[in-house]
Amino acid sequence: MAQLSYREAVGAAIAQEMRRDESVVFLGEDVAAAGGVFKATSGLLEEFGPRRVLDTPISEQAILGTVMGAAMTGLRPIAEIMYSDFFAVCWDLVANQMAKTRYMTNGQVSLPLVIRTGNGGGLRFGAQHSQSIENWAMAVPGLKVVMPSTPEDLIGLFAASVRDNDPVLFLESKSLYASKDEIPEGEIVHRLGEAKIKRVGSDATIVTIGAMVPRALEAAELLSSGQGIDCEVIDIRSLVPLDAKAILESVAKTSRLFTVEENPRLCGWGAEVASIVADEIFYDLDGPIVRITTPHIPLPAAAELEDETIPSVAKIVDVIKGRMG
Amino acid sequence: MTLANAAHEGFQHNLVIDRDLQIKLYRRMVELRQFEKRAYDLFLQGLVKGTSHLSLGQEAISAAFGEAMQQGDWTFATYRGHAHTLSRGVPMAPVMAELMGRADGLMAGKGGSMHLTSVEHGMMGSYAIVGAHLPIAIGAAFSSKYRNSHQVAVCFFGDGTTNIGAFHEALNLAAIWKLPVVFVCENNLYMEYTSIYDVTAVEHPAADRASAYGLERLIVDGNDPDAVYSMAIDRLSRARNGEGPSLIEALTYRQTGHSRADPGKYRPDEEVARWLEKDPITTYRARLVVNGASGALLDQIDGEVMAEVDRATEQAKASGPPPVELVMKDVWSDGGSGWRN
Repeated sequence: MAQLSYREAVGAAIAQEMRRDESVVFLGEDVAAAGGVFKATSGLLEEFGPRRVLDTPISEQAILGTVMGAAMTGLRPIAEIMYSDFFAVCWDLVANQMAKTRYMTNGQVSLPLVIRTGNGGGLRFGAQHSQSIENWAMAVPGLKVVMPSTPEDLIGLFAASVRDNDPVLFLESKSLYASKDEIPEGEIVHRLGEAKIKRVGSDATIVTIGAMVPRALEAAELLSSGQGIDCEVIDIRSLVPLDAKAILESVAKTSRLFTVEENPRLCGWGAEVASIVADEIFYDLDGPIVRITTPHIPLPAAAELEDETIPSVAKIVDVIKGRMG
Repeated sequence: MTLANAAHEGFQHNLVIDRDLQIKLYRRMVELRQFEKRAYDLFLQGLVKGTSHLSLGQEAISAAFGEAMQQGDWTFATYRGHAHTLSRGVPMAPVMAELMGRADGLMAGKGGSMHLTSVEHGMMGSYAIVGAHLPIAIGAAFSSKYRNSHQVAVCFFGDGTTNIGAFHEALNLAAIWKLPVVFVCENNLYMEYTSIYDVTAVEHPAADRASAYGLERLIVDGNDPDAVYSMAIDRLSRARNGEGPSLIEALTYRQTGHSRADPGKYRPDEEVARWLEKDPITTYRARLVVNGASGALLDQIDGEVMAEVDRATEQAKASGPPPVELVMKDVWSDGGSGWRN
């Protein structure tokens, strides 16, 4: 076992796949010589050289076009889009090109590529560098959407994403970069579409992902010790593919469902989860499905204001306590 | 501003193009012309649905590049991509069937006119969002360079594309990484319904921007297949030899409207008449005859092509509709469309 930060896990994950497979290349803005704006990719240029680790201009369309064209012709490229907000300037490549080309060509083209990006708030960066865009991504058929919540999951899910033959949006939670955890020695490879039960409980199911996972776990402990409410916490880890089975099994057991989502309210992933549960196991429910989300607003910059928006441990506790009462 | 004299500053080729190649170029252009005229007839009969964008008048460019490119090279085209697809040797029948939405279509009816793709022929796609495929073409070129495979990506686009951001991002990155890609701007004078000169800060929308990326200013008469072929050979060879990208502006004219929905009434009659006189097929035929080609041979080619178009039409008509099971297939590489368990 070794201690690794979520930030260090990014570099470890890329290195693990680049050592294994010569067809893996990595490119993005400031990722090589500077080691990334979050210093998550330090050391890759030194280990793999400028042929495989490349700094690009500030040209998000060119970055994503490059990885798409490279993936069409035999490589397994990884792109970095520095902040997920920047997808707004290159979404054509993602939503119109990568997501649809396999289908439109009747399966002639495979696109084994990964776009990793810093997603979400918590760093006081304001409305254009803090968004949680997972609900944009999962709204487009043809994209896989992955969000790790721990260093080990980051490596394991990243490896699965690189080895997958479809385009994957790999959303790293910026607010987790400093978090640390033990990780096992050796190669780590997980599977996409497998949720993890992070805490076993009997009274209610909390489904969450990414940076909300540690908050939900902390809330669950407080609810258990303070209120005697025993929550099961599920980290769904990937939105597409979605481990609906794990969610349904848990809710069938606990009879209550709460989602904790960092994305803004409308059409957040929890709405789809709520729809599935209401549709398929409605009569197993003992109460309403409740979504705990960021309000439907742009994110403010100041600490006191941002903390008011993204679901906090206290807010999760309050809502669940109130609705379970 | 006018293009009347623009071709005069164009590329002066000195490549000797032998008679056999010229005959091939002639045949190819006639194939492209007659295929698209037939596609238009089928549209009027209600057999081709949706939209499509014809290259009538622009055939010399794709035909010449098709002959100049090598097996393994990649074509990236726009939604106006019928000609570029056929020019890579894709047979007419599956292309016609795709336009008609039939099971035997090139993509079994899942793509349609604007997305013709045949990877086995190096036809890496027709892209319907203006500008999107320039960055994608440089990705293929990156792959070639990375694998040292000496393949060249050729990316065709219209004059309107030169005003979208992806054009500039792709040109810059291709230039700094010296990627083996040839960008071919088919300047047909109209972005869609609007004259390119009314919406562009320079006279030559591609060539006048080349210097911004450290590239040569290249203009070629896009209605002269010999000139286009010569330039293509030169630029493909440079790309293959590691000398980096080229940006070519080929001057041509779209003889019809932008798409099926557009009669092209905004074009002055005099302009249309002048460019019809420069029709690439009639002018090339005249050149071949002056240079000693047999009119009877060219007539024979015309007849063979018409018979080929007839056969392709009948084959496409004979194909049934695509099986509805295809709807849920091939979103993912496992062949399916599942997103949950």
